[in-house]
Amino acid sequence: MTQPYGEMEIAENQIFQFSDGIFGFEYVTRFAVLDGDEDSPFKWLQAVGEPLAFVILQPEYFLDSYDLKVPQSDLESIEAANPDSLLVFTIVTIPENPEDMTANLQGPVILNPASGKGIQAISLNDAHTVKHRIIDGIAAESPGR
Amino acid sequence: MLVLARRLNESIMIGDDIELVVIEIKGDQVKLGIKAPRSVVVHRKEVYEEIRKENEAALQSRVDDSKLKNIAGFLKKDRKKGEDQ
Repeated sequence: MTQPYGEMEIAENQIFQFSDGIFGFEYVTRFAVLDGDEDSPFKWLQAVGEPLAFVILQPEYFLDSYDLKVPQSDLESIEAANPDSLLVFTIVTIPENPEDMTANLQGPVILNPASGKGIQAISLNDAHTVKHRIIDGIAAESPGR
Repeated sequence: MLVLARRLNESIMIGDDIELVVIEIKGDQVKLGIKAPRSVVVHRKEVYEEIRKENEAALQSRVDDSKLKNIAGFLKKDRKKGEDQ
C-alpha cells in the first residue's frame, strides 16, 4: 500500500535498504523512490509495506550549491566508494500554505544506486537546519528580485 | 552511568583514542573539546531529536501529485526555464 497511489507493485530493483531506518522510523528498512508527476521534481520516498511516504526533493532545485558533508561512516554504511554516484534528497515538509514549505537540510537522505542502500545521514554543516525555508532561499539567491 | 568530576583543562579518555577535554566553564555552560578519530561520529543529542521531529512533521504534508506539480512552480529550475523563454 503506497500513500500517494494506493496499492501498487514495486519492483525489487527500485527498493533501497535502509539498515538503520530513518530517524523516528527505525523499524522501516525498505524504501522505494516513486517518481511523482513527470513535470515536477518532487518525488516520494515510500516505505515498502507501510502506508508511510515522504515528499523528497533534490537540493539543487532550490540551492545554488549543497555542500554535502556527512560522517565517513555514513558513507561507508551505504558502500559509497564514489560520492559522485550518490543521489541526495531532502525531505520536504509542506504546511497548509505551500510557500512556507521547508526542506530538512540537516538530515539528508542519501541513496547509493550501485549498492541499493540508503541512509538518512546527519549533515556536519552547521548552516544546515531541519527547517530550511525553500522559497526564501530562492528569493535571496536570485539577483534582481 | 559513570560520573566523573573534572576541572578546567582536565580530560577523560574513552577507550584508547577518544579524549574529552573541558575547554571552558561559563555559568551553566560547559565547552567540551573532543579528540577522536574521523570515523567516530559526534553530534549534539538534540540533533537526533530535531530530525526525528521533522520527519514526523513531514508526514503531515497533505499533498498529492497534482498539488506538488503546482508547488513545483515556485522552484528555481522552473523559474529559470521561464526566464530563458
